[in-house]
Amino acid sequence: MESTDLKQREIVIRRGLADRIFRRAMATGAILSLSLLALIASFLLFRGFEVFRDFGFSFITSAKWDSGSADGVTPASFGIAAMLVGSVVTAIIAITVALPFAICVALFLEYYAPSFIRKPLTAVLDLVAAIPSVIYGIWGYTILNNLAAGWAKSLNSWFDWIWFFKVPAPIFTRSPFIAGLLLALMILPITTSVAREVYSQAPRDQIDAAYGLGGTKWGAIRSVVMPFGRSGLVGGAMLGLGRALGETVAVYLVLNLVFKINLQILASAGGNVASLIATRFSEATPYELKGLMAAGLVLFLVTLAVNATATLIVNRARNTA
Amino acid sequence: MNESSIQKTESEMILPGIQQGVTMATEDHTNRNADNLQVNGSTGLEVRNVHAWFNKHHALADVSLHFPQNTVTGLIGPSGCGKSTFLRLLNRMHEFIPKAAMAGEVLFNGEDIYSPEVDPTEIRKRIGMVFQKPNPFPSMTIAENVLAGPKLAKVKVENKDELLEDCLTRAGLWKEVKDRLKASGSSLSGGQQQRLCIARALALNPEALLLDEPCSALDPGSTLRVEETIVQLSQTMTIVIVTHNMQQAARVSDYCAFFLSDGGPGQLVEADLTTNIFSNPGDQRTADYVQGRFG
Repeated sequence: MESTDLKQREIVIRRGLADRIFRRAMATGAILSLSLLALIASFLLFRGFEVFRDFGFSFITSAKWDSGSADGVTPASFGIAAMLVGSVVTAIIAITVALPFAICVALFLEYYAPSFIRKPLTAVLDLVAAIPSVIYGIWGYTILNNLAAGWAKSLNSWFDWIWFFKVPAPIFTRSPFIAGLLLALMILPITTSVAREVYSQAPRDQIDAAYGLGGTKWGAIRSVVMPFGRSGLVGGAMLGLGRALGETVAVYLVLNLVFKINLQILASAGGNVASLIATRFSEATPYELKGLMAAGLVLFLVTLAVNATATLIVNRARNTA
Repeated sequence: MNESSIQKTESEMILPGIQQGVTMATEDHTNRNADNLQVNGSTGLEVRNVHAWFNKHHALADVSLHFPQNTVTGLIGPSGCGKSTFLRLLNRMHEFIPKAAMAGEVLFNGEDIYSPEVDPTEIRKRIGMVFQKPNPFPSMTIAENVLAGPKLAKVKVENKDELLEDCLTRAGLWKEVKDRLKASGSSLSGGQQQRLCIARALALNPEALLLDEPCSALDPGSTLRVEETIVQLSQTMTIVIVTHNMQQAARVSDYCAFFLSDGGPGQLVEADLTTNIFSNPGDQRTADYVQGRFG
């Protein structure tokens, strides 16, 4: 090897002025939005730090939320376990209900609907996504609450041998079940649109192969389209989950905030982290405010993790297509 | 070009099946005759005055042809002449292309497969298809891929292991995969995948097999294996193969049909014994094409 004699050439790219300006503008925008994210996280950490220090791990594991008395006789005690569990329970109910609907709607739109139905229906779905969550909240509070209380009652009477369908008292309104149903409706558009996108990318040659073997349309969907879309669908579901975890106003309006870990989904007690912050924020003592900031940070990290995982899964599904 | 016609003349004399050491079903092979290609309403696959459109585009015009039973017919011609369109018309895959339309009749054992009473899935079960790009189902194992047809078409299988071995053997793949039937279908090489797709098509025991440039994505070694498989299969079923490879057409087919589009819809220029198409074609355009002067 005589590579010592060889001098590697540096490749220089001369960029025009317009190109340089454009690059700067793009880079500034990108860095700005990323640093905003970092700033929010550090703001929450900074404001909530004291509470993390005072309560340590019990901030996550304790269900007690007490701002204490003004004279300091009753000490403040902050723990968000009940709210975290509530967030997860309502989000899981939401995704369990929304996912089958999303799959049906996506398959119908992509493979069965004639185009004069497909186009308006897709537009309507996008419109559903644009409805402000407070509207959902009011609708949930005034209409769904009473409607779904009846369903909850039936569920309870048929399935009360399953522990999470039991209730401590026969009150069925304002339960995690109802909040979950409302959230399901709210995350249906995003989940459907991701499902539709992955299903639409199912390889045509494999669908042809299924037809060529005497398969029906449903056979082709079951043997090709659905296995192909599985991982993308999981990603879509998690995107919906992230949204459901962070939802505030709608849950605040339909759910009874109770600081007790509640896994009985039909019982009239629950809450989630976001609605805790919304409820307590206006009348909080300065110290409690710090507790709410800390709760905000936990929620921020959880949704960030869920969304990042979802994006990863969706991208992987897209790339293998 | 003379080379391949000589090659074919040789394999005419030493029948390909005998080269494989298998006794041939003799009737159609000994009786090879260009008259067999005439529409005659007998058994097997036959098209009468077929046209095809995509939206307003007239892709194929007035094709009539009979495919003699237990022979290989090659469809040749330059790109865009309607060969693949024609092939997909033969088992009702044509209608999956949006805005596709057709006219004329496709008769299978005397029955018009486009008549409203006919269940198209039934037709596709009896007339199998192998596509240009190997397309095993990636979510299934090798064994599941072979047995996918009966499952999709809801055909009961008495002995799955026997069917599996039989299909893979006939597709020339059994020895290579018998120890890893549970591996994913996409773990195979391109040539093996294509033979897996042939095995998958065979599992429904079709009476005819349509192949759309089955070797265009394969290396020469795999191509040879697939060609051997095709020749073997033609002892028991009618095979129609679209190919861009003249040597391949000469090697595997008994009859050849030459398609051409002169800017308008694709048309059947002529159909004859493969030996005649290559050595003594009736139309100057066929001669020009098979000798590589255009296309």
